[in-house]
Amino acid sequence: MSNITLKQRKNLNHLGRWLVALVLIFFAIFPVLWVLSASLNPLNTLASARFIPDNVGLDNYRFLFESPDFPFLTWLWNSIKISTITTVLSVSITTLAAYAFSRLRFSGRENMLKGILLIQVFPGLLAMIAMFTLVTQFGTIIPALGLDTHAGLIMVYLGGAMGVNIWLMKGFFDTIPRAIDESAMVDGATQWQIFSQLLLPLMRPILVVVAILSFIGTYGDFILARILLKSTDQYPLMVGLFIFTSGQFSQNWGPFAAGALLGALPIMIIYLILQDQIVGGLTQGAVKG
Amino acid sequence: MAVQNLNMPRSKKGEPSATLTNVVLRIVLLLAIDGFLIWFALNAFAEGFLPLGIVVVLVGAFVNYVILVNDMYPLRWMLLGLILMAMFAIWPILLTIFVAFTNYGDGHLLSKTQSIELLEKERYLPEGGAAYSWTGYRNDAGEYALWLQNAAGESFLAFPGQPLIPAAEAEGIGELDESGIPTSIEGFNKLNALQVASDQTISQVQFGSEEDGVRIRSAREAAQLQSRYSYNEDQDIIVDLQTEIEYSPVDGIWTAVNRDELPFGFQSSVGFSNFTRFFESPALRGPLLRIITWNFVFAFFSVFSTFALGLGIAYIFNDRSLPGRKIIQSLLLIPYTIPSLITIIIWRGMFNNQLGVINRTLSDLFGIAPAWFVDPTLAKIAILIVNLWLGYPYFMLICSGALQAIPEDLYEAARVDGANAWQRFFKITLPLLLVSVGPLLVASFVYNFNNFNLIYLFIEGGPPIANSATRAGHTDILISYVYNFAFASGRAKEYGLGSAITIVIFIIVAVITLFQFRYTRMWEEVGEGV
Repeated sequence: MSNITLKQRKNLNHLGRWLVALVLIFFAIFPVLWVLSASLNPLNTLASARFIPDNVGLDNYRFLFESPDFPFLTWLWNSIKISTITTVLSVSITTLAAYAFSRLRFSGRENMLKGILLIQVFPGLLAMIAMFTLVTQFGTIIPALGLDTHAGLIMVYLGGAMGVNIWLMKGFFDTIPRAIDESAMVDGATQWQIFSQLLLPLMRPILVVVAILSFIGTYGDFILARILLKSTDQYPLMVGLFIFTSGQFSQNWGPFAAGALLGALPIMIIYLILQDQIVGGLTQGAVKG
Repeated sequence: MAVQNLNMPRSKKGEPSATLTNVVLRIVLLLAIDGFLIWFALNAFAEGFLPLGIVVVLVGAFVNYVILVNDMYPLRWMLLGLILMAMFAIWPILLTIFVAFTNYGDGHLLSKTQSIELLEKERYLPEGGAAYSWTGYRNDAGEYALWLQNAAGESFLAFPGQPLIPAAEAEGIGELDESGIPTSIEGFNKLNALQVASDQTISQVQFGSEEDGVRIRSAREAAQLQSRYSYNEDQDIIVDLQTEIEYSPVDGIWTAVNRDELPFGFQSSVGFSNFTRFFESPALRGPLLRIITWNFVFAFFSVFSTFALGLGIAYIFNDRSLPGRKIIQSLLLIPYTIPSLITIIIWRGMFNNQLGVINRTLSDLFGIAPAWFVDPTLAKIAILIVNLWLGYPYFMLICSGALQAIPEDLYEAARVDGANAWQRFFKITLPLLLVSVGPLLVASFVYNFNNFNLIYLFIEGGPPIANSATRAGHTDILISYVYNFAFASGRAKEYGLGSAITIVIFIIVAVITLFQFRYTRMWEEVGEGV
């Protein structure tokens, strides 16, 4: 043992880590590979006999784009539309509020921050009944904001804009030295100028993170959309996929697999490209060690 | 001192309200908002949405206060967010809390006023009340007339809202047939049996004057019916005018002294009885104890396993000199990048007892096929495996960030002192890491404590607990158990009871959350206002 060199030792160490990595990667991507296999299998069943199907084909993907019962593209577009609008609006609301919580002092500030967190942990399942009634009543007065409208759904999503992300963003604001604001104020800048021209550009990393988290959260939501939207054409992708599988689960497995992969793709790409930014933002905002 | 000065909203110089344009802009904005809110509130009241109208008025008052009072300047930065939060987060929560103290649910869906209205529509034939055989007529405008004949052979013509007209005084009567019924009345057409049978409205109409009105009871008989129930507002009782029995409201049901009950139960306050039902009823208590225990076990092991694996990965691959580190991390992140709804359904397919890839592999290799969805213990293990897969990448991300924040010289010093790798990990890395990651562990516990999506989409709480009074499964956690009370089809909905359990869950997670504040720097930061 004593005659192996430092270099060999290091290589052995790396080899060990790679073996561990291999096992973990298998665990991590096996379900994804399996869905890929199912999506290419024209037999359409849950029980695909082999990992690589006998006759690989794109039938399931063709089905997605052609079947009138499964308006995949409409659902995907609905999801992207709803998530984008919700993200833009909720990031704006969050950023403005976080600025005030970080830079301004007012009575009730601490209690409000605490309250925001407590509201987040309330198990809101039964509140869905109240939410449904509320949106129905809104729709009676302003039909464009009622049930089965995307605007109504987005409005309800925005009720959660004052959420945990405020903590994340306030944490980031706090790390920006106040000397910057102070010198600007001496020069006669208003609060709004300081916020929009000085601090906002510095916030770019956390804005990206919060936007991605908000987009993904909305994109992946299913309960609220399920309750508030009625017609198939209005569904976002998650509701569509769920409804589609819940009926005849094993029969529709192939198209579900294809739809799931295509639907997950946008998010997966965003994540893998912006990985470093997300890690940086998450750790800076939440884990200020 | 200087810091405080500069960051306080300054009341004189440089305050936004100082400029004229600003003031004008604010007033115009306020007028527009007020106009909209007043219009909205008026509409809400007109539609009968009383609570919504009140909430909108309160929101309006708040908006005016914040925009007009200079001390409220900081809140203007978050006004829209606060309004939306009030409407779509706080208000539904308040309603849930309110419902927890009522018996709202099937059999008690009406309000008390609606219940009284429905009861007052009930009619009966009083003793000595006149009964008639009837013939119906209808004019082109859809108005009705009745020809009534009583047992004594007297005939009357009846219109809604007018006293009965004896046959002799009636005008416009055509020829009488052999039974003494006019074949026509001026302006009206006689209804034949088929028309009567298909007519929905005629039985709703009250003929004759208000006091001794006549209504149709059956295809042959019309009678001088009276309201059967009358509500006495002073004593808050319903009196049955036929039997003179008095019914008073008991938990949302009109109940007599002899425990007879009237139909049309209504929503009523039941105090704490939704909360105490669990302690009093062994049938409910049994599954609930199991569910609570599993709820804690599930949340604890979910956090523990995801944190352990995430930290392990971060620790092993933290070494920058490791070739391929970046690609390994990217591949390991993949579970986090797919919407969980999709992956939960995929795992459900993979664990499928007969067809799933897991059991087919296991039976090929070892000749076993565990019944994942049937056996309670296996179901719980499957859930924890799926949650481990879903959750470890988050802690991998967090921990790799936090590990890099631990100063390298601490390890150097420990190495010099002769600490081995395990000692370095448990004596240095873990304690330092827990300081910064601790709050996130608690947050993750709270999240998993209410992880409805996983339990419901993966297994719907099953397999069911045998002999339980309510629908409950071995893998149900509190929140998925609540779902059964409120939304599950095919059983009576008990929103009151469901809301009560919701409150209990909230108290548990709120205590955990607040407890965490006390012991972490997150809270200190808010407190000292840095």
